[in-house]
Amino acid sequence: MDKVLSVTGLGKCYGKGCPLCITATGPEHDTNLCPYCGTVVAAHDVSFDLHEGEILGIIGESGSGKSTAVKCLYFDDAPDSGEAVFHDGEQSHALFDLNAAQQRRLRNHRFSMVYQNPNLGLNFGISAGGNIAERLLMSDMLDYARIRKRVKELLSRTEVLPSRMDELPKNFSGGMQQRVQIAKALSTNPPLLFLDEVTTGLDLSVQAAILDLILEIQQELSTSMIVVTHDLGVIRSLTNRTLVMKYGRIIEAGLTDQVLEDPQHAYTQRLVASAL
Amino acid sequence: MNTHAILEVKNFSKLFFLHEQGKAIPSSHGVNIMVYPGKLTALTGPTGAGKSSVLNGIYRTYLPSSGEILYRRGNGEVIDLAMADEHSIIDLRRREIGFVTQFLRALPRQSTLDVVVQPLYRLGVDRQQARQQARDLLSALNLPERLWEISPATFSGGEKQRVNLARGLIAKPRLLLLDEPTASLDSNTAESVIDLLQQLKQQGIAMLAIFHHPELVTRLADEVVAIDSAAATENSIKENVL
Repeated sequence: MDKVLSVTGLGKCYGKGCPLCITATGPEHDTNLCPYCGTVVAAHDVSFDLHEGEILGIIGESGSGKSTAVKCLYFDDAPDSGEAVFHDGEQSHALFDLNAAQQRRLRNHRFSMVYQNPNLGLNFGISAGGNIAERLLMSDMLDYARIRKRVKELLSRTEVLPSRMDELPKNFSGGMQQRVQIAKALSTNPPLLFLDEVTTGLDLSVQAAILDLILEIQQELSTSMIVVTHDLGVIRSLTNRTLVMKYGRIIEAGLTDQVLEDPQHAYTQRLVASAL
Repeated sequence: MNTHAILEVKNFSKLFFLHEQGKAIPSSHGVNIMVYPGKLTALTGPTGAGKSSVLNGIYRTYLPSSGEILYRRGNGEVIDLAMADEHSIIDLRRREIGFVTQFLRALPRQSTLDVVVQPLYRLGVDRQQARQQARDLLSALNLPERLWEISPATFSGGEKQRVNLARGLIAKPRLLLLDEPTASLDSNTAESVIDLLQQLKQQGIAMLAIFHHPELVTRLADEVVAIDSAAATENSIKENVL
């Protein structure tokens, strides 16, 4: 299988920074806050590969840096250090060397993100269908009839009644909003999809349906995905490989069943032991 | 590596380190195993000897603590499973190495047929054909047809075990790891499983198995490897030293 993404040494700090930030933080110091200058080391030396059609999980508690890593890759935030190369067929893009226009192009055409909070992924001022149409327009689909047809297809695929496509997202339940977000994310058939806590805060039955949908999509389209979550169940049901993060560092990486059955790091052992 | 063997385990050990208690728990120690195509190697030993840990170590659900696990791939290449990168392991699990455990882990909303057919879907087999293969295998294992569309969550132990076997066997792995595949089966069903394992041997599939019943070892095994608990091994080493 081919590599889709390779990330090397990704780092991101919030604060002015000092020479001691990195050595004074991390799991062994039990903090990500630099005691000398107050900088938050959100992510440090994050490295991993993602292969075609693979679902990679990143698990960790709030503040572990898991979302920061993904935000940098989706250009929602700029990293301080590190490299990420996106392999797209014949082409390779060094993500952090691209200019803003090139980054926007990848974001609109080749990547997609589904956020925990539908407010971030959807424009609540326009209809559900309009949200999807907007993304199709950005990826250069300009024919009105074709756009409407595609929107209907996508909403049926994600089990949202196409007859409700002209309603505002605020009229929808949380699970439905998430489905509209997924339909929007899939509209451009992106080879790389980021999912940031997509089932957090939903009813269990809705969570299950969303996870099933994600798995079906992955089987149909072999989309490569990075799934960020704090939920062991999500990791178990979706992913083959898992990274465990704490205080901005990857503390353990392995096959998902191995991380869950034979965790190596003290933190992962505690995490697995606290599963319900 | 022995040229005929498909798998050679050399001096395998597994030790769990529990950080919370600050304890190291030895599980398997100094295990050596050979497995050949079309043959079944049985792993025997008392409860707690670390038999399952060996299988889990080979499948890499556990990280081996030491030793080598040499596996000869379909293309002739030899790979040390103890050290192999995760993507190689994922690929081998998909195409070459199957594992049937005592426990069935399936989503409670998936039908039995869907559970069994999954490995074929992952290999990209035509859906229609894959489902037919799943039906054939479930009949061969005597699982009543009325159960095929239901989730195995509510099945009896024996029924679950057959679903688990079907899922492990359907993709015809080159190496099959079996952890007490007949433990909760009645004698009739156990016989059909034995038949099936014998057929698999004839097709050249290599097997490494743990059996609950000593009788099955006599009937199915071509090789027997007896292992002792890690603690016992340590004791005997100590005694020898003293």
